[in-house]
Amino acid sequence: MNQYHCEIMLIEDNPNDELLALHALKDRSVANSVHVARDGAEALDFLFCTGAFAERPPVNPRLILLDRSLPLVDGMEVLRQIRANPQTELIPVVMLTSSQEERDLLESYNLRVNSYVIKPLDHEKFREIVRELGVYWLAVNWQAST
Amino acid sequence: MHALKKHHLEDRLHVARNGADALEFVFWTGAYANRRAANPLVILLDKNLPIVDGLVVLRMIRADPRTRLIPVVMLTSSAEERDIIESYRLGVNSYIIKPVDFEKFGEAVRALGCYWMVLNRPPIDVRDLSQSNSAEVL
Repeated sequence: MNQYHCEIMLIEDNPNDELLALHALKDRSVANSVHVARDGAEALDFLFCTGAFAERPPVNPRLILLDRSLPLVDGMEVLRQIRANPQTELIPVVMLTSSQEERDLLESYNLRVNSYVIKPLDHEKFREIVRELGVYWLAVNWQAST
Repeated sequence: MHALKKHHLEDRLHVARNGADALEFVFWTGAYANRRAANPLVILLDKNLPIVDGLVVLRMIRADPRTRLIPVVMLTSSAEERDIIESYRLGVNSYIIKPVDFEKFGEAVRALGCYWMVLNRPPIDVRDLSQSNSAEVL
């Protein structure tokens, strides 16, 4: 395993949510490795092995947890680019967001998000949901091995 | 079925036993021309089905504007990489290989039910509707 290997990629700009999510995923070893990108541009560089990640071997994460609102490049645009690239189009992506707007739901599903989950305000519930997400997508779901 | 019933999801479950029946249900045709319920929250779809194959059912669901955003989970015994890739390319949301062990199968269905009926938010919120709104295709 090298420094770039990751099972779950968390794309999240809120430091509190990041801490809670990391805690939930590392607790009881739901995921061995999580990579965090704090804005959409950094996320795309990581996924497409460009910029600061030009040296990264092109190994896809097994799950992407994607916030809707991100600095630099918006979550919807990140999703659009993931689905438009043959290298990344089949990676399971879960939109994890506080937005309950019907418009955002429809746009996400139109862009072929795998799942859309609303962030609860309660910290304990948020941790529980992130843990459930990790277990479902890493241990129950099967993905294409590309 | 048993796993979903234990969690009181049975009154929200519709079972179609072949691909043709499934298509009639989701498209309000044939025996279901007068069906009043909205789209299901999730469709659990087997790959190998009598009459119309699961991948054809998936393709037709994704081709129709009324149904193309419904979350669909492939629940199948096929571990063929070809089937997994084709399913994802056709826009399946999740792919589950049926465990051979009976108890593990129950656990997988329970996990599925909890995830797609509670945790996931479908494109249009139909959870308040009382009518059967989850379809399982066996």
